[in-house]
Amino acid sequence: MQQPNKLTPFFENLNFERDDNTMVINFGPQHPSAHGQLRLVLELDGEQVVKAYPDIGYLHRGIEKMAENMTYNEFLPTTDRLDYIAATSNNYAYALAVEKLLGIEAPRRAQVIRTMLLEINRVISHLFFIATHALDVGAMSVFLYAFREREFGMDLMEDYCGARLTHSAVRIGGVPLDLPEGFIENMIAWCDKVDHEVKNTYEALLTENRIWKMRLEDVGVISAEDALNWGCTGPMLRGSNVKYDIRKEEPYELYGELDFDIPVSDRCDSYGRYRLYMEEIYQSTRILRQLVPMYKESSPELMAHAPQYISAPKEEIMTQNYALMQHFVLVTQGMRPPKGEVYVPTESPKGELGFYIKSEGEPYAYRLKCRAPSFFHTGLLQDILVGTYIADVVTIIGSTNIVFGEVDR
Amino acid sequence: MRKYVPKDNVQAKSYYTDRYWVAPRVPREAVEEGTHFGAVVDAMKAFAKESYIEVGQLVIHIDAKENFEAIKTLKEQCGYTQCSEQSAVDYLAQDGEFELFYQFLNVNEAKRVRIVCRIKQGEAIESIVPLFNSANFAEREMFDMFGIKVNNHPFLKRIIMPDDWEGHPLLKTYPLHGDEFASWYEVDKIFGKEYRDIIGPENRDPARIDRYDTKRFSRVGYEVSFGEDITEGEKEQPIEYSETILVDYNKKSGKQLNERR
Repeated sequence: MQQPNKLTPFFENLNFERDDNTMVINFGPQHPSAHGQLRLVLELDGEQVVKAYPDIGYLHRGIEKMAENMTYNEFLPTTDRLDYIAATSNNYAYALAVEKLLGIEAPRRAQVIRTMLLEINRVISHLFFIATHALDVGAMSVFLYAFREREFGMDLMEDYCGARLTHSAVRIGGVPLDLPEGFIENMIAWCDKVDHEVKNTYEALLTENRIWKMRLEDVGVISAEDALNWGCTGPMLRGSNVKYDIRKEEPYELYGELDFDIPVSDRCDSYGRYRLYMEEIYQSTRILRQLVPMYKESSPELMAHAPQYISAPKEEIMTQNYALMQHFVLVTQGMRPPKGEVYVPTESPKGELGFYIKSEGEPYAYRLKCRAPSFFHTGLLQDILVGTYIADVVTIIGSTNIVFGEVDR
Repeated sequence: MRKYVPKDNVQAKSYYTDRYWVAPRVPREAVEEGTHFGAVVDAMKAFAKESYIEVGQLVIHIDAKENFEAIKTLKEQCGYTQCSEQSAVDYLAQDGEFELFYQFLNVNEAKRVRIVCRIKQGEAIESIVPLFNSANFAEREMFDMFGIKVNNHPFLKRIIMPDDWEGHPLLKTYPLHGDEFASWYEVDKIFGKEYRDIIGPENRDPARIDRYDTKRFSRVGYEVSFGEDITEGEKEQPIEYSETILVDYNKKSGKQLNERR
């Protein structure tokens, strides 16, 4: 037993058995490929991992606690800080959960804009994935190229909502703004560029790259059964040959009307997941192109009409007394959804992002639980890292694509 | 008289509620025979106390003691092979109970079921980790956040908060900004409890701003040291500019350069 010292804390509940030949090392939380704040305690026999213990909580901000102390609209910007790589997907998942609770639906144009923003965010997140994953594995140039396209994607987001990272681009009941002038043209140009770059740069650099294949093939193999059992969702699940995409199976927003494919990999390893991410970028740009005519056909309403819950448009507030009164009540007291509970899953770039909201009819959520995909993917690490080599640990962590904003919340 | 603040729920409350206002309820639909959910309810007949459909998902209330058996039935007979989420809701103030929920997904049918059960304060729940590994982290988080013990969990330990933390942050009795223990946690851990008095509340948090300390705000030219008497007005303190004199190093080194040439 170690003697705990005030300045040198010890690994609680971990037994260091020094009689065998294993070594315990501490991976993170400041490791550059720990994707934020992952601390991984690895027990090694030579170079082989005998036991892996992911220790999380270094980025805990108590977002679920904050949700219980904020009105529904106040909480929305906080959701940006969950998966900060693709903030709009969190805003959207939260807004959708509250809308389901209220029983309202966003107008058509808001739906088109939301779907656009979600897919732009998906591409941004996937580009970030390929950049950091390649960097972890050692391919520095892909990182630089992928971040270039990601910057252009963030420029699009900045054009729309003024923020590059913490967007808050969705409101409960719709979207705050219409698309700015020239957005569609820029978006299509960006889609062309992304398609071109993914095909001719990233895939050309990586897909048949001998080193890349050696580092990724048969590394981090997860069987379909394990993937389901460990709560894997999104690309982690589809990478294990389970064809399940919430956009397709439980369609929300406009995904029921759009034509896109769900790529699946039967390799069940990191290489298969990498191919999957690349294919999903193509599918996202395909969706974005289909949304352009839908946008042009839609009527210009942006927020749902539900005076009890959602403020009237600005013109009405400024001209009509009753709209102003309702707006005042909604701002000062917050909306009061009906009593009930709701769990709404959405397909975020990382997997199934769901919000469970328990409402007691108060302006504050009685309980809000954020089901973050990365949380469960981190839990999976304790299983799939065992038996692998220390050099593969970084590849596997990169391949799970975890973001610690939503792991720790 | 000081305003009464209930101690069993210290979360934010609405400052005004119309006394005649009755909150409506999200509609609950009955489960129809012949549908997929109807078959699930049939299979779960032995356990279900109440079942209905709320916002497109089947909700089944069960007895907390039978949670393992019920969830095993759900997994093996109804094909719910993924446990998406598991957590609790604190109803200690109203009923002295926790409400636990398990969220399940059937991948083949694309249907979701929520199993809900209630346990009294201090009671433990059976772990479902033998059925669903995803419950491993979820149950640990529930233990960490609510203090609900989970029987037969392989590694029940705090997950998000530090191991030596006291209190469970998502309880309704736990204040948003943390309790006394939380505010002294770093001081206690690094220096020891006896240093609380020496360090004092004003230094325990380096980011702390004392909103009533109007003396030490940066007023350029009128800085006052802490505790100084300023009833007679602040002393003017001239700004000290750097007195570095520019040196023409090029000229100096020119000689050496010439020598080298």
